[in-house]
Amino acid sequence: MRQENLIQVQHDDFDISALYHFLQADNVEDGAVATFLGAVRAKNLGDNVTGLTLEHYPGMTEKSLNDIVVQARERWDINRVVIVHRVGALQLGDNIVFVGVTSPHRGNAFDACEFMMDFLKTRAPFWKKESTSEGDRWIEARDSDAQKASQW
Amino acid sequence: MSCFGDKSLIKVLFFAHLKERLGCDSLMLKAAPATVAEVRQQILEMHPNWRDDFESLAKLSAVNQTICDDNQLVETGDEVAFFPPVTGG
Repeated sequence: MRQENLIQVQHDDFDISALYHFLQADNVEDGAVATFLGAVRAKNLGDNVTGLTLEHYPGMTEKSLNDIVVQARERWDINRVVIVHRVGALQLGDNIVFVGVTSPHRGNAFDACEFMMDFLKTRAPFWKKESTSEGDRWIEARDSDAQKASQW
Repeated sequence: MSCFGDKSLIKVLFFAHLKERLGCDSLMLKAAPATVAEVRQQILEMHPNWRDDFESLAKLSAVNQTICDDNQLVETGDEVAFFPPVTGG
């Protein structure tokens, strides 16, 4: 069984069908593919969001995403893993992040996908600054995200 | 000043809201503090007016790109970073 990772941090948008192809092509061992897509939404804390800018810590970002995949592999029987996260200026509706994982069975794929997103949100060095009708502001980390990650 | 390759220095980086408030993305320390806590202390001795922003925003630290606590040892040649809680995803 081949375990393969595709981990990328990039300015450009990503092609979801190409990422799905990476997970699924010539893969007859895995009966389950779980994916998550995060996108820029229009409302946050009651204000109208017009766009956001994502800053990151080059080098550490890739390292932390790799670490998250290593931890997921230690906990679940998973095979192919994709994590792609965008940085820079994004507009409403733009893709931000894609996480995908394959496994023989759905339980491992669902759990590993959620685990990787929860850890990404609390450990990978990305920061969002949103533009709203009230001006620009850095997004505050949410306790609910930390709580969710601590449950694993 | 370029610090790459100079192993007698500690490179310190700031990110996001913290970087913006300090108006500074990096600096070099010449002495060799022993822990992350001492790095913080040394930075604030150099820049006393950074104290409030540091206390409110430098919530997380990393040494050589791994998140750590204030007791983490730091050696010359290391890269130390301070930043607010992360908000990606």
